Amino acid sequence: MITIDALTKRYGDFAAVDDVSFTARPGRVTGFLGPNGAGKSTTLRVLTGLATPTSGTATVLGHRFADLPDPGHEVGVLLDASAQHGGRTGRETLVLAQRTMGLPPTRVDDMLDLVGLTRAEAARRVRDYSLGMRQRLGIATALLGDPQVLVLDEPANGLDPAGIRWMRDLLRTFADDGGTVLLSSHLLAEIEAIADDIVVIGGGRIVASGASEELLSGTGTLVRADDAAVLAAALTDAGHQATRTDDVVLTDAALTDAGHVAFRAGIPVTELRAADGAGLEEMFLELTATTQRDATGAAPAPTGAAA
Amino acid sequence: MTSTTTSPATASPTSGTSDVARRRVPGPVPFGRLVGVEVRKTGDTRSSRWILLALGLLAAGACAVVLGFMPSETWTYGTFLDQISYPLALGIPMLAVLSVAGEWGQRSALTTFTLVPRRGRVVAAKAAVAAGYVVVTMALAFGLAALCTLVAGAAAGDDAASVLWDVPVGQQLRLVLFMAVAMAVGFTLAVVLRHTAAAMVGYLLIALVLPNLSSLLASVQDWYRDAAPWVEITSAQYNLLGPDAPTGEQWAQLGTTVLLWIVLPLTLGVRRLLRVEIR
Repeated sequence: MITIDALTKRYGDFAAVDDVSFTARPGRVTGFLGPNGAGKSTTLRVLTGLATPTSGTATVLGHRFADLPDPGHEVGVLLDASAQHGGRTGRETLVLAQRTMGLPPTRVDDMLDLVGLTRAEAARRVRDYSLGMRQRLGIATALLGDPQVLVLDEPANGLDPAGIRWMRDLLRTFADDGGTVLLSSHLLAEIEAIADDIVVIGGGRIVASGASEELLSGTGTLVRADDAAVLAAALTDAGHQATRTDDVVLTDAALTDAGHVAFRAGIPVTELRAADGAGLEEMFLELTATTQRDATGAAPAPTGAAA
Repeated sequence: MTSTTTSPATASPTSGTSDVARRRVPGPVPFGRLVGVEVRKTGDTRSSRWILLALGLLAAGACAVVLGFMPSETWTYGTFLDQISYPLALGIPMLAVLSVAGEWGQRSALTTFTLVPRRGRVVAAKAAVAAGYVVVTMALAFGLAALCTLVAGAAAGDDAASVLWDVPVGQQLRLVLFMAVAMAVGFTLAVVLRHTAAAMVGYLLIALVLPNLSSLLASVQDWYRDAAPWVEITSAQYNLLGPDAPTGEQWAQLGTTVLLWIVLPLTLGVRRLLRVEIR
């Protein structure tokens, strides 16, 4: 169980994470989705005690990470697979973690087998590892203490398709056994494939969260209009939920209702169709485009009611 | 379906409590375990092995140079110890630098501090290991010097035996203190700078360049002449060496320089290290 509550992290005037709240529950894989620079890694660094929040709290199993007496036994963490000492062998990297946690030495070989690193590979220096091998080594380190919670930042980076499949199966099994998994990614497809719950972050703010089926299959209507802000207001006035992202409005109104509202408001509609899970993708694309255009990464101004 | 949701996905209370109930709380990581891990870290990378190997070779080489190139009248325990100590004084602080700054340079700090979030305990373990290295290294240095002295004694014959063992215990203890100060300077630089190369260069500047700069400044600036011995650490440190114990004033000067170059920056550096964001 991971609980992030009203978390804010500022660097000077810049809010890298701005009032973020969400929960990752046991037995589920929670996907933390957002474009690069959206605040994912900062959130995870605060969660794991590597950064201090400006305000708000982040707890794992009901405790601040820094208050866990021997966190390796409770929370497996992989924030950056390339952040490993290049001069050590893969095995030595695991041995250090195994000793820190006071685990039996046999655990190291068990983990090497689990993540598919051969004895010969483990004897090589991490400097000579591919990113995929580093990810496997990082996963091995995270799982070493048999934790109940996993926190992984972009774990699929550098893995080949077979590796990604392996990672998915591993996380699925972990969650099915009652574990909590929080993993971040900047790729929607990756999150779609694995996550039970999705939290979308953009410009440091949570822009959507909920169960994957809800977010992805999202019933409702997508309306595109130049005057999207006015349209969103008109839909809200008509008693519908409406969310605008640039010139796209997503609403729970039926197709015909949405068309009528737009007509009555005198707004020319450039696209009108069933949302069909396009919502998340659309929003995510807009989010990505926004952060690419705009270095300050302002979140799209949302209108309408919360789900 | 909305993109405005800020309400957290709330867990059902039952799943939350069962999660916590299932939690088997481990005891805190024992300090001895951390020290053991830090000892292992000082010898498990290529760079740390090179430094250990280089120190051993330089120490053995120093003996060989004395035996091979210096006149046999100089073959005393004191000479061997001096020659062995010189490379050690420059070398062992590098172990502290690698131990502390290496965590940042190689970014292994991410793993280290997620396994042990109470960073002060890791820093304390590293300090304990550094102190241990001073003791062990000097014990080996004394042993090596003694061995070389025995070899020299056998080679030179009986006539030189009376002067071979010429270093009183007090002087040897002061040499250990000298090394401890050197190690502490390296440790401090690593904590403050958190950058391996910068800390190594910083140490060499303090050990090799600072004394000359200081005496140059003292020769042209009257106001500094009297202050120099109280602020410049390397010369104060060298007062520990030699057969004569430092005077009370020299001890006091060592105290002020240690305060200025170690205690003060180390305090500030550790406070910063405990809070700094680890990326």
